[in-house]
Amino acid sequence: MSTAVIAKKRTPVRPARILLHTFLVVTSLAWLAPLLWAVFAALRPYSETSNKGYVSWPDKLNFDNFKNAFEQSDMMHYFGNTLIIAVPAVLITLVLSSMVAFYVSRFDFRLNIFLLLVFTAGNLLPQQVIITPLYRMYLLINLPGITMSGKLYDSALGLVLIHVAFQSGFCAFVLSNYMRMLPHELTEAALVDGASVWRMYWQIVLPLCKPAMAALATLLSIWIYNDFFWAIVLISTGENMPITSALNNLSGQYFTDPNLVAAGALLTAIPTLIVYFVLQRQFVSGLTLGANKG
Amino acid sequence: MSIDTSPKSPEAAAVPPPGHAPVKRVPQGHKRLLTRRDRITLAFMAGVPTVLHVALVWVTALASIALAFTSWDGIGFDSIKWVGLDNFKQLFTDNPQFWPAVEHNIIWFVVLILIPTPFGLFLAVQLDKNIRFSRVYQTAFFLPVVVSLAVTGFVWQLVYNPDTGLINSLIGANKPGHYIDWIGNPHLNLWAVLIAASWRHTGYMMILYLAGLKGVDPSLREASSLDGANEWQTFKNVIFPTLRPTNTVVLVVTIIEALRAFDLVFVFNKGAQGTELLSILITNNIIGESSRIGYGSAIAVVLLVISLAVIIPYLIATFRKERQA
Repeated sequence: MSTAVIAKKRTPVRPARILLHTFLVVTSLAWLAPLLWAVFAALRPYSETSNKGYVSWPDKLNFDNFKNAFEQSDMMHYFGNTLIIAVPAVLITLVLSSMVAFYVSRFDFRLNIFLLLVFTAGNLLPQQVIITPLYRMYLLINLPGITMSGKLYDSALGLVLIHVAFQSGFCAFVLSNYMRMLPHELTEAALVDGASVWRMYWQIVLPLCKPAMAALATLLSIWIYNDFFWAIVLISTGENMPITSALNNLSGQYFTDPNLVAAGALLTAIPTLIVYFVLQRQFVSGLTLGANKG
Repeated sequence: MSIDTSPKSPEAAAVPPPGHAPVKRVPQGHKRLLTRRDRITLAFMAGVPTVLHVALVWVTALASIALAFTSWDGIGFDSIKWVGLDNFKQLFTDNPQFWPAVEHNIIWFVVLILIPTPFGLFLAVQLDKNIRFSRVYQTAFFLPVVVSLAVTGFVWQLVYNPDTGLINSLIGANKPGHYIDWIGNPHLNLWAVLIAASWRHTGYMMILYLAGLKGVDPSLREASSLDGANEWQTFKNVIFPTLRPTNTVVLVVTIIEALRAFDLVFVFNKGAQGTELLSILITNNIIGESSRIGYGSAIAVVLLVISLAVIIPYLIATFRKERQA
């Protein structure tokens, strides 16, 4: 109500509003400029830009660079690698962190604080703090027959595990806050009726957490898709890299053609952009739910 | 965290009104009704995730500390030798990259907190004014946060490239003899990367502040304008003080981002001269030919100590507030 009053009061001040919109339009265009520049470069043939320079009126605009970047570097394969890593990682993270959250929010309040401290603090650490021993550990763990490399190192399984371990801290924190919002009578009544703990979790608590889970799933998918560091260090075979990290090697292949590099980079960004545009609300609410995330 | 970004947080709602049964009794009531099978289920539900997290995150963090005092070639455990503080001595006195890296991490933080953070707050305040197309503007500013840092690195390379880049093409510095090497020149490259980092950070801060502003009671604003305060006075005296919880989150996020800075620099120039960072030194030590485990761990310990100095007080304050609530 009061906002409406303020809005009404402000309506007459037109020039200020126009100024504000002008400022916002100019600034947002400036913000998009680097991305638009990349799109512009990617749409132009290399021969034309090397002739006329990059800041010039385009004669030809087409998707050839995108097509070439996609085919030449076998991008489909790397998107597949990402899928193999990201889908299980997101699902397992959500299941495990919701179980911890269920436990700490419903059963043990003293352990609650401590467990959440451990999980949240672990999630805030820079990845590089743990990478040296982690790398050695992955090299030492032999899994013949389970992973292609015979070790945890250089395997999709290894990446899934570290993603789950690292991200579950953040998710456990968010979900436990969310679950404590649910009335206690809900689970208490179920318990008195003789429902098992598992049923309480699976049939009562989890369905009520859908909004939070959706927000986290969106956020996790984008984060894990965008991960660069873990795969750069923990994967040695270029073939096994997920798309974001593979980009680094791929760009070396078409080093001399910036237009092709631009097209390749933009292609890898497309899935995140689709998820973002479709699930913008989930993404933003997830991010502000867990603002402590780096 | 939700508790910090808005006063209408879920925690506040979950807290029973005063006079209600003490919180602790509820779980105990729960516990009494549990069967053996339930207890096993619960132990499994809490245990599996905790073991995984602790094994991969905390055990390795502790291993970093332990290994920092040793020298090890990574082949067989019997080659681990205790060397005391040697790694640290070498790091602090002999490594020409260490102090520049520390300096660059600090510059990274200072730049982020002084430029994109206030700018993100400014944008949030403007976009919170109930204006038209607010969502469209938000999407534009937030887009860089969604795109991976690796892609951001490649996109900005197209801007900075000495031959073909946007900047040099526009100012005519792309001819031999006039080159400005934004990525290679050690006096320029850190600032060039920081522009890209700030580009991203602004949108992130804007979203955090927008969430914070949504939680500000509108009647405060109304009262202030009735008292005759102008827009700036209202913001300075009324709105900004109520954003304190958001400011704490923003500060912590910014410090952590500055310590984590890695992807952009790695894509730009792998942390060549001018852009050394602690995270890059650790990573290059692993990927590099002459991997020295103890030495790399010593750098990690420095990073760990700085991080924990920020994380622990923050979490203690957060959880204490939550308990009191």
